[in-house]
Amino acid sequence: MTDHMNRRDLLKLAGMGVAVFVSGTTLRAGEAQQKQDESFYFVQLSDTHWGFNGPAINPDSQGTLRKAVAAVNGLDEQPDFVVFTGDLTQTTDDRKIRRDRMAEFRDIVSELKVKTVRFMAGEHDASLDRGEAYQEFFGDLHYTFDHNGVHFIVLDNVSDPMAAVGEKQLQWLQSDLKQMQSDARIVVLTHRPLFDLAPDWDWATRDGEAVIDVLMQHPNVTVLYGHIHQEHHHMTGHITHHSAKSLMWALPAPGSQPKKAQIPWNPAEPYKGLGFRNIEAVVRKAQYGIEELPISKG
Amino acid sequence: MKKILTHSLLVASAGLLLQQSVVHSAGREVRNDEQVIQISASTFEFKPSEITVKKGVPVVLELVSMDRHHGFKLSEFHVRADIKPGAVEKVRFVPDKIGTFAFFCDFFCGDGHEDMSGTLKVVE
Repeated sequence: MTDHMNRRDLLKLAGMGVAVFVSGTTLRAGEAQQKQDESFYFVQLSDTHWGFNGPAINPDSQGTLRKAVAAVNGLDEQPDFVVFTGDLTQTTDDRKIRRDRMAEFRDIVSELKVKTVRFMAGEHDASLDRGEAYQEFFGDLHYTFDHNGVHFIVLDNVSDPMAAVGEKQLQWLQSDLKQMQSDARIVVLTHRPLFDLAPDWDWATRDGEAVIDVLMQHPNVTVLYGHIHQEHHHMTGHITHHSAKSLMWALPAPGSQPKKAQIPWNPAEPYKGLGFRNIEAVVRKAQYGIEELPISKG
Repeated sequence: MKKILTHSLLVASAGLLLQQSVVHSAGREVRNDEQVIQISASTFEFKPSEITVKKGVPVVLELVSMDRHHGFKLSEFHVRADIKPGAVEKVRFVPDKIGTFAFFCDFFCGDGHEDMSGTLKVVE
């Protein structure tokens, strides 16, 4: 059994998590694959909504995030880093309470053994003040970082209350991608889906099509996002989009009922629909198949 | 060309004004009804949240905010507006299909924003 299988099994035992592979080459359970030197994995947590209070939805709203931190810390092999894809906190009109929640959230996740933690905002964190408080605590709303040959791009589609990326950020994205080789491995991290999953449920990005058009020029792009509080997989052309579960409440499948509504807590199946995921990145080095040919056959 | 214009003003339901116009033109009668509906937005609801209109009759929505910036989106008829305090935002469309369609706030306005929605029922 390979290392990544161990991790997957552990997450399965914890009742949470799925594996999503973000390389151009996909590993699947049962395939005998040699782990590459530059392979790594990271953990995605999303929609923790710290500060939410609703016993009928999650009676353990004060404990779920801490349990997730403990679960990540309990992984036998620690991830290279952890990423939170937005809605770290539950929104509030009160500026002080907003900051208190962000401080509490930051204190709790500081208990992660992994010290490289990447954050991004959700609309609950950033839409009411256009990201002012979020930036005080967690830094830039959009940025990039690189890890073992994979280029990560964090896009902000929440600080504008209209759910748009905006022309300025779009130009920034284009400039960043121009510096990449055409076959670069690119992972986009964002909060809302970039495609129109369910616009009537606010499950879309107003100018997401323009973002996807820019990304389409690169063959190896994967998008990881949150916001919809469930696992969902979708393709726009060759680009794959994977949403993560929440760590506070679950939501129904897109369009499965007339009105979006939080799924009530089920005492018979506590924490059902909640969880986090690990992502295995298999970064392959260039391989060349060489065939020698004669001048003439015979 | 002779035109005769008659008006009658009916209050059909809360927030709904139905203006009926009949235009006679060269012996040909053309109905030009217009349904005017006033909707107020506040944290975190629309009033009224359930609206009934007639198919094929133009609708004018008069949208006002009672507190903060909200949005209004009725995807089925490609209607979208910003609703800001102190101004009346008017949008016009023709409901050309029967059914019940959702409208919602598409400008994040706070805790409860996700619940800020309503339905438009289009009848014969």
